Amino acid sequence: MAVTAPATPVHAGSPHDERPLWRRPNLLRAALMFLVGSAFAYVLVGFLRSVNHYPNAWHDWNAVLTVGLLAAPMFFLVGLGAFDYWFYWAAGKPTRPEDHSGHGAYSWRDYFRVNTDHKVIGIQYTVHSFVFLLIGGMFAMLMRAELAQPGMQFVSPNAFNGLFSVHASLLIFLFIIPVFAGLANFVLPLMIGAPDMAFPRLNALSFWLLPIAGVMMLGSFLAPGGSFSTGWTAYAPLSTTAPIGQTFFTVGVQFAGASSIATALNFLVTIITMRAPGMSFFRMPLLVWANFSTSLLVVIATPFIAASQFFVLLDRGLQFNFFNAGKGGDVLMYQHVFWFYSHPAVYIMMLPGFGIISEVLAVKARKPIFGYRMMAFSLLAIVVLGFTVWAHHMFVSGMQAWIRVPMMITTAIIAVPTGIKIFSWLATLWRGVLRLDTPMLFALGFITMFTLGGISGVMLAMIPFTIHVSDTYFIVAHIHYVLFGGSLFTIFAGVYHWFPKMTGRMFDDGLGKLHFWTTFIGFNLTFGPMHLIGIQGMPRRVADYADQFAGWNLAISIASFVLGLSTLVFVYNMVVSWRGGPRAPANPWRALTLEWQVSSPPPVFNFDAVPTVVGGPYEYGVPGAVHGVFREPKVPATTGAPTVAQPH
Amino acid sequence: MLGTVVIASAVGIALGLSIHWFPPAGSTQADKIDTLYDVLIIASVPVFVLVMAVIVFSVIFFRMRPGQELEDGPPIHGNTRLEVVWTALPAALIAGLCTYAYVVLRDIEKKPTAAQAATREMKVKVFGEQFAWTFTYPKDVAGGKEFTTTDLYLPTGRSVDFRIRAKDVIHDFWVPAFRLKMDAVPGIETHYRVTPKRLGTYPIVCAELCGLGHGAMRSSVHVVTPARFRQWLQAQAKPAAPAGASPAQQAAAGKKLFADNGCGGCHALSDAGTSAQVGPDLDKVLKTKDEAFIRQSIVKPDAFVEKGYKPGIMPPNFGQTLSKDELDALVAYLKEVTS
Repeated sequence: MAVTAPATPVHAGSPHDERPLWRRPNLLRAALMFLVGSAFAYVLVGFLRSVNHYPNAWHDWNAVLTVGLLAAPMFFLVGLGAFDYWFYWAAGKPTRPEDHSGHGAYSWRDYFRVNTDHKVIGIQYTVHSFVFLLIGGMFAMLMRAELAQPGMQFVSPNAFNGLFSVHASLLIFLFIIPVFAGLANFVLPLMIGAPDMAFPRLNALSFWLLPIAGVMMLGSFLAPGGSFSTGWTAYAPLSTTAPIGQTFFTVGVQFAGASSIATALNFLVTIITMRAPGMSFFRMPLLVWANFSTSLLVVIATPFIAASQFFVLLDRGLQFNFFNAGKGGDVLMYQHVFWFYSHPAVYIMMLPGFGIISEVLAVKARKPIFGYRMMAFSLLAIVVLGFTVWAHHMFVSGMQAWIRVPMMITTAIIAVPTGIKIFSWLATLWRGVLRLDTPMLFALGFITMFTLGGISGVMLAMIPFTIHVSDTYFIVAHIHYVLFGGSLFTIFAGVYHWFPKMTGRMFDDGLGKLHFWTTFIGFNLTFGPMHLIGIQGMPRRVADYADQFAGWNLAISIASFVLGLSTLVFVYNMVVSWRGGPRAPANPWRALTLEWQVSSPPPVFNFDAVPTVVGGPYEYGVPGAVHGVFREPKVPATTGAPTVAQPH
Repeated sequence: MLGTVVIASAVGIALGLSIHWFPPAGSTQADKIDTLYDVLIIASVPVFVLVMAVIVFSVIFFRMRPGQELEDGPPIHGNTRLEVVWTALPAALIAGLCTYAYVVLRDIEKKPTAAQAATREMKVKVFGEQFAWTFTYPKDVAGGKEFTTTDLYLPTGRSVDFRIRAKDVIHDFWVPAFRLKMDAVPGIETHYRVTPKRLGTYPIVCAELCGLGHGAMRSSVHVVTPARFRQWLQAQAKPAAPAGASPAQQAAAGKKLFADNGCGGCHALSDAGTSAQVGPDLDKVLKTKDEAFIRQSIVKPDAFVEKGYKPGIMPPNFGQTLSKDELDALVAYLKEVTS
């Protein structure tokens, strides 16, 4: 699993670090600093309240908690060592320009500290995200248990509202968005022939912001009054008047968002400045194009959700009354600002998947991607159009009526670049030599399911239809066809595809196929019928429903448990293969892109020699074509212990 | 392959159109929206069938056979004509659908002309609060005096303009049978209009998450004949149970009030056959309480909040929406069935 090295360099947290344990950057110091941060919040709030002669100055736990949620994680990060190097630099201490002390993984412990190696960070991200997939999925199954029959059986209405709110928040902010960042973190620098990301320390900080957001959202269940229960959309004024659990979402999103923005900046700079010689923009693999487009979306859009949640925080904590209609607040404003991020966010959750599918299909069909340039341009078209459609979430919100029509048109037009991508993938399949292994099955499953999600998306652009089905199970069905059948299928395809590269082991293809078929069938049986009950009149986000929907809901609940259990096949396959699967060769799929030209797993600094790119990334079927060449020293093409680059 | 696509599309469209998707069409607007949906099905099915067909054909005919392990496909990089076609055709399809949808939108939101409408359009105020709907009929309809009720009665064939407001948080006033909904937003008035056309009782559903009792915020709209509507209006002017009525009459009136006001949406009460858990179980909590307490709990629900429940959940305006006689009847009924 970990890259082992005969000569371990002195790295942070290693036994060669002479400082006492509690002063070294590690989880212990982080825990101590977390306590310091909590105390800081308590004293700050108490002091400010007492100098202002507030009643009950030292016992307002809601205020302490609000400030603590902001302050304690920052102290935690300092304790963890995420800022150590920058502190040296800011203090004018001698810094080490070629400091690789935090780089690479030499034992499992190195995955639990601030690590600057993009491959370690990629694995941290991916494994961390899948933990939250399992938790979020479990919440979904609890909801389905409650919904199996009309009436209330297992949970209270408040707990149910909490379940679907945390379910969506975790799967959006702690699974789909970061897992794509994780896969790209591992693969993208290798693909463009770079030794690492442009800003490795920022990269490490980006990752460590995420567990904070995740623990915070989960921790909201322990808050007095229960977890946040206003949906992942947290519409004001419901969210500004909700119990303290809401603050866990409001603040948690800030940490997840900051992580997203920092990573996107990192990707942009890496892609623009660190490509190998010869890799022009139109020789970049489409995964790189996809992450380039996604990062543009993230840096432009994510500040808007940060703003929307800061408004809510100020309303909650300091009575700013941004969204209090009785005090001149504007309720609809929240939705405009929120969706100005959250609609582009659905493309943030989809474009990296498009990239993965392009990589998998070209390799598995043994053909060049059909219409490569149109594939790249359609990504950029989606980026631009993605910013012009947000108000289609607000067709029944009571906003100014005329906005609906232009938003309907732009929404429908996005189907054109998306259609170009689907048709180009189909043409790539045509006359290829298809390897129908697990990654390919997930890729094909993705195309069919995402087409359905896209079709229901065009239907939802049509205002008169949306007026009827908005806020119903039709929306639940649509979003799961897009994010589960779409995004999650591409994530599975990508994880299987790069599993040999990431771990140096092969997965069990038989179990992989079992995983695909159980997921594919369970998925359709779960979410297909939701279209129907939505149109028939079942609203979303309800713990109880009219008796007429009882039959379908029971069927959906049963199917959802099949779907949930299918994930266990995946987890088993991953764990067992990682521990004891057959050793993976450097290039098991005979792919052309650069990440497959180094050993599996790759050396600590990726390339012993900088590769030179001499052609396109998908020249399958062209006799003798290569994408990149290595001048000496030659990179070992065999398996076994990878070459260890010296830290200098 | 083309033949397969055509046949499969035809079968798919037939299947799609034969499914009973919608609840009964209760308004003139509903018919137009249902037709739009049929058109969307007809346009969508061939697209999906085409994608599926290409994948299934590729899997069958182009899958790797034994001995092909090292073979590649032909290095086809693209085809400009094909790419232009699959950009232009979907764009044209979408342009058509958008135009049609726009026409439908204009149609369903249009104010009926005097010639079309047998009677003048009626403005009904809809007021959403956690977790109940109340409706206010205007003076000209109610015969000189505006009145507020928790029952929504509408005559067929007469256009209604719902003027929608919210008190606390955002709600959404949705009648699936009418196919129309609109958010009730604090601070602004929203609206939509509808012409009911089919007799019957249909659900009213809150479609925007509004808190704890969101799932229970359901009610009914009764679409009746114009004659029956006039009768109902006249009945509203009369008290629920005349003063000095016998206890049995009071209890019967109270039971009806309990059902009509949606109390059972939140409270369990065995006599009324309700089992909701949003609010306290009335069979238990009212067992030892007197009439004054019951009256106070209806009129000022936050004066005493049962342990384990939160203040601010129950609508505080029943004191206004219920007349004095109605309140008496409801209190008498609750006292009788819980003690």
